[in-house]
Amino acid sequence: MQFMLLFSRQGKLRLQKWYVPLADKEKKKITRELVQTVLARKPKMCSFLEWRDLKVVYKRYASLYFCCAIEDQDNELITLEIIHRYVELLDKYFGSVCELDIIFNFEKAYFILDEFLLGGEAQETSKKTVLKAIEQADLLQEPRHEYFNVPVY
Amino acid sequence: MCLALHCIANVGSREMAEAFAGEIPRILVAGDTMDSVKQSAALCLLRLYKASPDLVLMGEWTSRVVHLLNDQHMGVVTAAISLITCLSSKNPDEFKTCVSLAVSRLSRIVSSASTDLQDYTYYFVPAPWLSCKLLRLLQCYPPPEDGAVKGRLVECLETILNKAQEPPKSKKVQHSNAKNAILFEAISLIIHYDSEPNLLVRACNQLGQFLQHRETNLRYLALESMCTLASSEFSHEAVKTHIETVINALKTERDVSVRQRAADLLYAMCDRSNAKQIVAEMLSYLETADYSIREEMVLKVAILAEKYAVDYSWYVDTILNLIRIAGDYVSEEVWYRVIQIVINRDDVQGYAAKTVFEALQAPACHENMVKVGGYILGEFGNLIAGDPRSSPLVQFNLLHSKFHLCSVPTRALLLSAYIKFINLFPETKATIQEVLRSDSQIRNSDVELQQRAVEYLKLSSIASTDVLATVLEEMPPFPERESSILAKLKKKKGPGAVSVELEDGKERGELNGAGERGADAAIAASNVSTPSPSADLLGLRSAAPISGSTPSAGSLLVDVFSEAGPTASSASVNDDGFLSSAPPSAASEDPAPPLPESEELLNKFVCKNNGVLFENQLLQIGIKSEYRQNLGRMYLFYGNKTSVQFTKPVEPLVEGGAQVQQVINIECLTDFVDAPLLNIKFRYGGALQNISLKLPVTINKFFQPTEMAAADFFQRWKQLSQPQQEAQKIFKATHGMDTEVLKAKLLGLGTALLENVDPNPENYVCAGVIQTKAQQVGCLLRLEPNAQAQMYRLTLRSSKDTVSQRVCDLLAEQF
Repeated sequence: MQFMLLFSRQGKLRLQKWYVPLADKEKKKITRELVQTVLARKPKMCSFLEWRDLKVVYKRYASLYFCCAIEDQDNELITLEIIHRYVELLDKYFGSVCELDIIFNFEKAYFILDEFLLGGEAQETSKKTVLKAIEQADLLQEPRHEYFNVPVY
Repeated sequence: MCLALHCIANVGSREMAEAFAGEIPRILVAGDTMDSVKQSAALCLLRLYKASPDLVLMGEWTSRVVHLLNDQHMGVVTAAISLITCLSSKNPDEFKTCVSLAVSRLSRIVSSASTDLQDYTYYFVPAPWLSCKLLRLLQCYPPPEDGAVKGRLVECLETILNKAQEPPKSKKVQHSNAKNAILFEAISLIIHYDSEPNLLVRACNQLGQFLQHRETNLRYLALESMCTLASSEFSHEAVKTHIETVINALKTERDVSVRQRAADLLYAMCDRSNAKQIVAEMLSYLETADYSIREEMVLKVAILAEKYAVDYSWYVDTILNLIRIAGDYVSEEVWYRVIQIVINRDDVQGYAAKTVFEALQAPACHENMVKVGGYILGEFGNLIAGDPRSSPLVQFNLLHSKFHLCSVPTRALLLSAYIKFINLFPETKATIQEVLRSDSQIRNSDVELQQRAVEYLKLSSIASTDVLATVLEEMPPFPERESSILAKLKKKKGPGAVSVELEDGKERGELNGAGERGADAAIAASNVSTPSPSADLLGLRSAAPISGSTPSAGSLLVDVFSEAGPTASSASVNDDGFLSSAPPSAASEDPAPPLPESEELLNKFVCKNNGVLFENQLLQIGIKSEYRQNLGRMYLFYGNKTSVQFTKPVEPLVEGGAQVQQVINIECLTDFVDAPLLNIKFRYGGALQNISLKLPVTINKFFQPTEMAAADFFQRWKQLSQPQQEAQKIFKATHGMDTEVLKAKLLGLGTALLENVDPNPENYVCAGVIQTKAQQVGCLLRLEPNAQAQMYRLTLRSSKDTVSQRVCDLLAEQF
């Protein structure tokens, strides 16, 4: 996978994870173009599109678009499943996740993503294992929260 | 630890790689690292490898890494596989052992019950990601040779295909997505192997079912997979059966990307039987197509029309239609090509002129049409001038009416057309001269137009009709070149254009077949149209064949990469003796002595014409040769087996992994004993390599088989009864004495095998005539095998003693 973007129906970017090194300007440009292209698609259209010699797989969950850019030889359907798996993970962790959860706890969302995908490939596909690892990491974080009194929703 | 690895992976810069490249493999394979750490380490290593492959040396860790495939923990396996896949694609040989491991893992997963894998079962599909990755890994390798492994793999694939037919276990879309993901991956593996016809057909049928599925995603993927399937020979027929569905999809799909895929598939599955239908469909689609894809479609239609045009008037029609429908997107190459074709083919010129004339009469005429029209009428307007509706003046007025609407280059072309008119139709001279003389031409602000107007005006007024006729003579046929349209399409599609690439090889063969004039009479057009690129020995792209014949008088050493570049040279093969004529390039170094294997290689080629001549670590040389009477043509394919390019003292270079072709024309002047030497010099990685081989041209190549009755044979046999005309050899059989094999060899020699001539049915009798420029030598042959003693007696009689001796020697080696 080359990169993964999450954005809302209005085109606001919620999460972005890049697995290829690119300059900031490039990233912004790509994001803008891709967001426009995906938002322009009608609901019944196919989930895959070709864009700039990359394949883009996207799926819409409620008000969020999950968008992944994969290389030519990667399997598109399995990428759809990766997206779904990630959503399931988020759901399990946050309990019935909605966009607000991701907005306010975006660092957790990134942690979960990192446990799941590494360097653009799926690292661990078992839900239990990933969630266990996150829990362990959370335990390490607890004392810090008490110190700094950051509210956790 | 994990976080650290994450950090390294995400940054993945070169410095990080330098620092950690040694550490990480150790962490990966050590027994005591936690599983989660192992996972992270594997992917981290992958990232570093992708960033800087030279720094991550896998030498000692290779076998351990492969063994990770057998790990208990699925997560580790998942991560490790990504690593192994990447490494395998770069060094397939080192990681060969992983194939059997992968197959066994895959079969275990595929056949496992749903309770086995617990947490890794995703909506009733066991470990989908792992399965997909395993299948992807297997695609890096050719099909396994080991019978057991191969059997298990085929079983796996069949199970996967079977599962697709079963009713789904769950209504959820995730279940079907996961199941289908594995299915598609399996299908790409089957396509990649391309060796099991029944699997291919099943895959094709499965895809056919998907073509009409409710879900758009599946339709899209099915169309895409079919594209690759269409190029495999086994399944091409099966793919064609779905043409109706695809055409329907093209017309009715609402999603533009699916329509595009359908168009691609039509392009891939096009062949002679359905060409007209497909081109018609594509043209109608073009009228409503998205603007972004029009240019590509135009190129494709042009290529298809040209390739499968049985009747060239259809081709002209199609192209003119193309211009009419999508004129803006018709690039230069397309109409250059149509003009080339029209000029090269006499029969279609009149038709083209008429059609173009009618097309120009339409009120809204695209500029490209005017260009094509102007050119064709200028060249061939005389063919339709007889008809009063298209008399010269009418033609001129028609063209001139469009004049003001056109851009500068078109106007320039029209001015040229006008001067051609003056030549063809003297009665229009006055009118045209008026036009040329008018201020808007000779004082035109554009320099090109002004120049043309002035020059043409002067030319028409001063030159006599003869001079004019010579200057404006009809355009000679174009030499065949690589189709620039293809080059343009490839550039547009980029490296991912699988279907176009494969067509490419066949395409060039076809193009060369079409209308090559001026070729040597002896080497008939049929020889030229042999699609030599399709005999791609290394399965790589071949450069356009460079043919020409610059005879270099009597030099036995054919200096291949000499100063003149890879131009073909015709080696005149002379009778014994390395003539001391000056070698073509003075700057070349001394050729190396012929390699010891060359004698053996030469023997290999006595009875056959095609094969691999020479192979070493760096280079593979294959040949294909054809002979006709006393002339021969040999195609040499030089394949670069390394990933580094070869350079020579002068250009061109052979890119890593690429193949270059060279054509050599051979003429036999008189009989000869020694074979010509081929000396190859090139630079690989800074070192100069020097290889000398004998070109497998032996006297028997110029055999012309002659059928004759028994009586004739014996008569001639008696005529050649002088001792020096006969050569006889008794020798032990080195190969088996199988009848069919012997017959094949004798036929491969070039002689005609005569039946029922020899009273002993075990014996073989052959006759042929050796064609040389100086003379023709009749040759009769008798081979008597003795099965009990495993020996042969070979008798040869011909009118020239050296010939008898030589052929006898050559043949003795073969048996």
